[in-house]
Formats: sequence, structure tokens, C-alpha cells
Amino acid sequence: MSARLSLLALALLVLAPALLGLVLPPNQAQFWTANILGRALVYGIVALSLTFLATYGGFVSLAQMTLAGIAGYALAILVEGAVPGIVGGLPYAAAVPAALLAATLAGLLVGAIAVRTRDIYLLMITLALAMGVARFAESNIDWFNGYEGIRNVVGPVLFGVPFRDPHLFYYVALAAAAALYAGVLYLVRTPFGLVLQGIRDNPRRVAALGYDVSLHRIAAFGVAGFIAGCGGVLTTIYNIGISPGSIGLGASVNILIISVIGGLGHPAGAFVGSLIFAVFDTFAASLYDRDRFNTLIGLVFLGIVLASPDGIVGLARRLGGLRRPSRAGEQPAPRPAETG
Amino acid sequence: MALAATVLLNGLTLAALYFVVASGFSLIFGLMRTVNMAHGALYLVGAYVAYAVFEPLYDRDAWYAWYLAVPVGMAAAGLAGIALQGVLLGWMQGQELRQALVTIGVSIVVADQLLAQFGGTPRQFFAPDALFGTTPLPLVGRYPTFRLVQIAVALGVGIGLWWLLARTKLGLMVRAGVDDRAMLAACGVNVPLVSLAVFGLGAALAGLGGVIGATAQPLAQGVDGRFLLTSLVVVIVGGMGSVPGTAVGAVLVGLAEQVGQALFPTYAVILTFALMVAVLAVRPQGLLGRSA
Repeated sequence: MSARLSLLALALLVLAPALLGLVLPPNQAQFWTANILGRALVYGIVALSLTFLATYGGFVSLAQMTLAGIAGYALAILVEGAVPGIVGGLPYAAAVPAALLAATLAGLLVGAIAVRTRDIYLLMITLALAMGVARFAESNIDWFNGYEGIRNVVGPVLFGVPFRDPHLFYYVALAAAAALYAGVLYLVRTPFGLVLQGIRDNPRRVAALGYDVSLHRIAAFGVAGFIAGCGGVLTTIYNIGISPGSIGLGASVNILIISVIGGLGHPAGAFVGSLIFAVFDTFAASLYDRDRFNTLIGLVFLGIVLASPDGIVGLARRLGGLRRPSRAGEQPAPRPAETG
Repeated sequence: MALAATVLLNGLTLAALYFVVASGFSLIFGLMRTVNMAHGALYLVGAYVAYAVFEPLYDRDAWYAWYLAVPVGMAAAGLAGIALQGVLLGWMQGQELRQALVTIGVSIVVADQLLAQFGGTPRQFFAPDALFGTTPLPLVGRYPTFRLVQIAVALGVGIGLWWLLARTKLGLMVRAGVDDRAMLAACGVNVPLVSLAVFGLGAALAGLGGVIGATAQPLAQGVDGRFLLTSLVVVIVGGMGSVPGTAVGAVLVGLAEQVGQALFPTYAVILTFALMVAVLAVRPQGLLGRSA
């Protein structure tokens, strides 16, 4: 996706609440802003961390929702006003950085545990880790309040407006998403990002050039942990709290679905997939059956994996390529989902 | 002393169930390098289809209800596995990550459709009278008979798999396929057909685990995820694609879970994953696995 297209999408998203207000009645416009676009942005940030790892490192990790959840739990445990108060007492200005730090450290830890594995082994290990954390949170009362989780994490008051005001929440989420998206695109052009892509393509050759492959891999997981942590703080405030269900198998797989539907080939795929997911989730009732959302999204996911492993973004890219005469020597886009 | 013996036995019976389910997962992985994320869903298919046959017979007091449920569950899961390999996975052989994603999609759809068909109420098989009740044992006193049956089934599966892999022509082809698929095909063996058979067998083991598991503890939502997770941890610890490794992994995971439950209940989960992380740190290919 070109920079021009990204800026156009950003402009559209900035104007979206106003545009929605023109075509929809006020309550519906507000619903779209907060519950579809806002939700798509915050889960898109979590999915961005997976897309970053998969696209530029070739690591398909299923632990990204877990890292988001670790940030969410850290926030809920530390912050004032959460019910029940586990530690409590910290203002958001201190609890949010602590939560991001926790997610980054947890990301480094996941990277260190999985450092010697690749591909499907990495997928299995990160899935096992993710479910281990979820089951621990479910069974532990002292720190995680067990099955019920921690409620009433409502976010700070900014500029005299409560954080959960639909427009404030939407614009904070949009600002975070845009900053992280730009950050990822910048990072992959730095020497670190180039080495990471080299590791994706041929780790032995990169090691022979004198780079420490393990260290770069662990650092990439740390970066992804930070991104997921940003998403986790926002999703926790969006859901007014956190419970083991929001980091369980279903939630982890949902992030994978979002990233794959959008496309593991470009960071924009995370947000495209997240928007499609949110729209399907909201309108599953009128499409098929209210309770059968999983069947619906599962079939969409299967269709994408079977027909276009690089997702909607890859599909759009190929359709765009069909219109233009192909240039000689053009390299096909990286498609990590197909390597085996 | 009696408590320790009980915990040990509980760990072993749990390990027996884990072994039955995970051996199918490991078998499929060993030959085809397919991480079958739908293994938990196949467990559910076996258990629910068997239950649909079992319930009316049990209501009529037919003594053979449970004995019939076991092969029905295995056949249902086996056929589902063959269909999965034949229709979706066979033609993308070698694209491991894509196969894993496909099985994730299948497991989501299958679990949701089973929920739609059978509802969310927990269900449980009733073991036949001969396997019900308790058996006197030294040290522990009386112990539930069905749990001992679990161990017997696991031993049967283990010996059967060893015999199949070490003593039959199919086993010969499977072992050759694990080492070099292309060479096996060049020798004139119909590898896709062998793959179908192995996938069917692995899935049937998931179905067997489904019926046994749903007799020991209720069948409910989320059980598929639990057994998928357990299969993953067992083969990661034991070594992927190795049947003895799966047995070692199952025993370690089963014991870790039960000992953890007995000593520090709310932190028990950590012990299982500490085991996995420790094995990964020392031997990334698993205890009995060969390095890739």
C-alpha cells in the first residue's frame, strides 16, 4: 500500500465521525464510530503486532492477544477505581506506562522462549503459552480475580472529557493506530528492520554476516509486545475491564483471523481485517444467525486461506497488478503464509 | 503415603487419556508435518456422534450401548479426518503454515456447528456396569475402575501403534515417509493414499479419546481447546512425531498437572508450562524427538 493511499485512508478515518453523522441518524453514527470503527482500530492494533512479526520476521505468533492481555491485566491490577482493587491506587498516567512495560517484557520473554523454533513449531509453542496464561488467569484469584476478571477500568479523564466518550476514545485510538502503523513502516527501513527481513529470508546468511540472529528475533518480539500492549490497554478500556475469556483460545485465534483476512503481507492488512471482522461480528445476526457468528467468520477465514493466502490486501494488490502491465523484474510481494 | 499414591495414580490415568489423544496428533504430524489444529474438534466429533448413538440405546437399557459408542466415535472422527485430509489438506502438502491455518478455520466451524446441533449442556457417557464402580488396590484402597480401564486402553493403543509402525507394511511406508516423502513416492508407493490412512487413524484416536474422555469427565464447550492444548504440550515435551516420546510427554504432563493440583491448586497450571519451557530451553526438538 503506497504512502498516498495510507494518507487517504487516514484522512477518511479522521473525517469518519462527521461523514457518518451526515448519512446516519445520530445514535447510529455514534454506534458506528465507537463500536465498529473504534473497535476495529483497537483490535487492529493488536493484530498489527502479529502482522508486523509475520510480514517482516516470518513469525506467526498466537501469543499476541496474550501480550495485549498482560498489558490489560497490569493496567487493571494497578489502576485506581478498578473492581476489585488488587494493588490499585495508581493514576492512569503511571499505570499505562507500567502496563506497556509489562507487555514489552512479556513479549521479550515469549521471544526468548520461542527463539530456537520457526514456522509451525513457533505457532504451536506460542499457542500453548497463550492458553497457559489464560488458564492461569482463570484459576488464580489472588492476582487475576479468577474467572470473573477485573472490572471498571474506565480510563482517565482527558481535557475534562471522560475517556469513554465515543469521539474522544475514537480519536485516541486512531492517533495510537496511526502512530504505531507509521512506526512499523519506519522501523522496517532502519538497519534493525532490514536485518529482521534478512533473517526471515535466510537466517544462516544473516548469521554469517555477523549479526546476532537470536537477539534480533527477541527484539522483534519485544517491539511486537509493545504494540500489542498499546492495543491491550485500549481494548481493556473499551471493554471496561478484562477477564480470562478475553485472552483465551477464541480471542487469540480471532487476532489470527483478523490478520490473515486482512493479509499477512502488509501492516495495513491488520486494520482492513479488523474492520471486516467488526462488521461481520455486528451484522452476523442479519446475515445468517445471531448465535452462529463463529461459523460465518470461520468460513470467511477458510475462504481467504484457500483462495488468497495473503488476504484482502494481497488480493487487492494482485487485482491492481492485473490492470497495469507488469514491469519486468518486479519481485512478488513477500507471502510468509505460504512458505513452509 | 496413600495420598501420594492416589495423586500418582490420578496423574497416570490422566496421562493415559492424554496419550490416546496426543498419539493421533503426533502420528499425523510425524508423516505429514501437518499441525492439525482441528484435533480438538475431531475429539468433539467423535464424542458427540458417539453420544447420539449411545443415548437412545442407554435409555432402552441396552448393555452394549457404551461398547458400540466406542467404535462409532472412532469411525466418525476417522471419517471426518479423512475428509479433512482428502478435501482440504492433501493438495497443499508442504505448505505447513497454510495447513495449520486451514485446520484452525475448520475447527472453528466444526465446534460451532456441534454447539448448534447439541446445545451447550454438558453430556457424559455412563460406563457399562463391568467397568463401573471401584477396584481394591494396595496403598490407595479403593480406586475407580474406569480410570484403570483408561490406563489399559492407553497401553493397548501404545502397543498397537508400535506393532503397526514396526511390524506392518503400512508402518514401513509411514516410517519411510517420515524420513523422505519424495523418495517413498519415487519407489512407487501411493503417498497420498498412505497419508489418508494415517490421517484417518490419527483422527480415529482423537475420537477414541473423545469417548473415553467424555466417560471420565463431562463433555462441554471448550473441551476441544483443552485437548488441543494438551496434545500440543505433550508432543512439544515428548518430541514431535515420536510415539514413545508422546508417551513420555503424556506421563510428564499428566503427573505435573495432578501433582500441581495437589500441592498448590491455584498455581498448578504454571508447573505444566514450566515443564514445557524447560524442555524447550534444553532440547528444542523434545525429549525423544530427532532434530529437524
